[in-house]
Amino acid sequence: MPRVALFVTCIVDQLFPQAGLAMATVLERLGYEVDFPEDQTCCGQPAFNSGYAAEARAVAAHTVKVMESADYIVVASGSCATMIGRHYAELLGGEPLKGRVFEFSQFLTDVVQVEDVGAHFDGVVTYHDSCHALRELTVKQGPRRLLSRVRGLELREMEPAEECCGFGGTFSVKFSGISGAMARSKLDAVVATGATTVVSIDSSCLMQIQGAAARAGVELRTMHLAEILAAR
Amino acid sequence: MSFVFEKDIASALADTAQGAATWRATARFKTGRVAATGQLPDYQELRAQANALKRHAINHLDWYLQEFEKNVQARGGVVHWCQDGAEAADVVLQIAKRRDAHLIVKSKSMTTEEIHLNERLGHHGLESVETDLGEYIIQLLDQRPFHIIAPALNLTRYDVAKVFEEKLGVPYDAEIPRQTQTARAVLREKFLEAGIGISGANFLVADSGAIVLVENEGNARLTTTAPRVHIAVAGIEKVIPRAQDLAVFLKLLARSATGQPLSVYTSFLSGPKRGGEVDGPEEFHVILLDGGRTKLLADKDKRQSLYCIRCGACLNTCPVYRRIGGHSYPWVYSGPIGAILTPQFHGTEMEPGLPFASSLCGACGEVCPVKIDIPHVLLKLRQEVKAAEEAQGAGQAERAAFRAYAFAATRPKIWRLAAKAARAAQRRTPKSVMAAAGPAKAWASEREIPLMPAKSFRELWRERTSK
Ligand code: SF4
Repeated sequence: MPRVALFVTCIVDQLFPQAGLAMATVLERLGYEVDFPEDQTCCGQPAFNSGYAAEARAVAAHTVKVMESADYIVVASGSCATMIGRHYAELLGGEPLKGRVFEFSQFLTDVVQVEDVGAHFDGVVTYHDSCHALRELTVKQGPRRLLSRVRGLELREMEPAEECCGFGGTFSVKFSGISGAMARSKLDAVVATGATTVVSIDSSCLMQIQGAAARAGVELRTMHLAEILAAR
Repeated sequence: MSFVFEKDIASALADTAQGAATWRATARFKTGRVAATGQLPDYQELRAQANALKRHAINHLDWYLQEFEKNVQARGGVVHWCQDGAEAADVVLQIAKRRDAHLIVKSKSMTTEEIHLNERLGHHGLESVETDLGEYIIQLLDQRPFHIIAPALNLTRYDVAKVFEEKLGVPYDAEIPRQTQTARAVLREKFLEAGIGISGANFLVADSGAIVLVENEGNARLTTTAPRVHIAVAGIEKVIPRAQDLAVFLKLLARSATGQPLSVYTSFLSGPKRGGEVDGPEEFHVILLDGGRTKLLADKDKRQSLYCIRCGACLNTCPVYRRIGGHSYPWVYSGPIGAILTPQFHGTEMEPGLPFASSLCGACGEVCPVKIDIPHVLLKLRQEVKAAEEAQGAGQAERAAFRAYAFAATRPKIWRLAAKAARAAQRRTPKSVMAAAGPAKAWASEREIPLMPAKSFRELWRERTSK
């Protein structure tokens, strides 16, 4: 049986464990044996984006060591998949984990080549394009195709779906005024669709959108794509 | 992080009138760009070509600049190599003295804004009048450009009516066509009187010894042809190898800037009026300005910042620029391109916070017609800011936090325990207490803090697999 190793990311591990479990469920149903290398921590992006290259390099080296033996590494975030797949080469030299790192939806559409995973979810949802998935990994239609095959689900496009939610890691606290304004615009775009659930492949974006919704008193569910695809 | 920058951002966010004007105008440019570039079947191919041409020109800058000089001279023009703004102003002053010129007309040029040419000339009693409508308005207001291609983008027609009323003594009139006529009447006189016309240059064409100007108002044509002397001021990075390369750049420039297929006027100017010609200046000068550009050549990662053709697309698409506007940035270049140029020209210490004022969403790099990887350059600059801080012994608390982070993240057991303890503490602490200080306070100023779950993924995973 083909084996995949999950890289759940620190944010899913600590804040949104249900997204990681859902990812495992979907992959197992597709016939994969799912590993969770327990020594994984964080991809190093917080340090890298904050200008601490040496610290980021140390964390990157650790992650490569932990994930090295996997055939496929499936990541619960487009942003962290970009960090591992693109920026590790810059930090560590060579081509670490080359060709084996996939963001979750990418793995389904490109490797498994599946669109209908047999999910059922009743509700109107809108999909938020997370920036690094969209612009670095060119993940755009894949998640939409997966969602469009979920029974009971109605997908509505928000305008604009491609605009950043304003999270940006430490940007969200270093420039909280700008970040908050971006989150509110995103929230407005979501609300305008009439959707009751917003879906993304990055939990950090969802945390930002959820935080803005809660502050504004807007009733809104935020779900990782894996949670929708695991629903029956 | 500098205090001034943050204060500027806070006041910009609070200025709802300016914010609305900025949002509207950039939205118009943005939609225009998407439509206009969408009509080019080979748009991505053109971007790749533009990037390759710029890379080639910048990597062989010395060679192409000399070729440009040789060809300008062959057509009777003069090239002046200037290290900085003071040298550039001197060249203009000497020409003005020799020609006994007291009035200068100017067409829009970010390069002259960069070196404060008007102020420098003003100190020597030379009047220099901006003739681009937007530039003219901000000159009356004594403001710096709010946007690379639309300097008065932040002002409404009501603002302009007030400025004209106050500065020109005309009755208050908020109708744009009549405002244009007012400016036109004043400026026509200036064109006729001026002894010198100063322009910028969108491109310096090496194989032709020509400069290329693109504009919509026709004022650059008048500036470069009506006065007896024409001086073009251009950064050395504006050189392109061949006239035929314009086929690539002109397809991209106006489309990326305003969404026009082509600007209204594209002028190809080489040399002064020759024998038998009726139009054109008697003297044609090009000031080649370094102004710190050669410094940027040294770094092979960041050198691409010099590819910029100043289309403004990255500003129009940037969620940060669109909310804080051009005047929040520390230098004349604002938006994403300003965020990478400013620290390289002035040192990161001028505004250490600038490269961090980005969510790294990548929208700028996506729209840049010459494919400058702006997020990549921002990341490099962030590393330089932190290295500089470390050398000065500054930013200790944050560095200690990231060292602790890296220490724990490379030791799984410690990481696990620390995370568990943090989660337990967070669940016990009332939100009001968490939001009292530090990053949580900044987060909570705009959003609700999420409640951490009782169990982490790894704990749940263990339970799941041991079943
Ligand atoms: S960096 Fe690119 S998008 Fe921005 S102004 Fe320059 S050419 Fe235009």
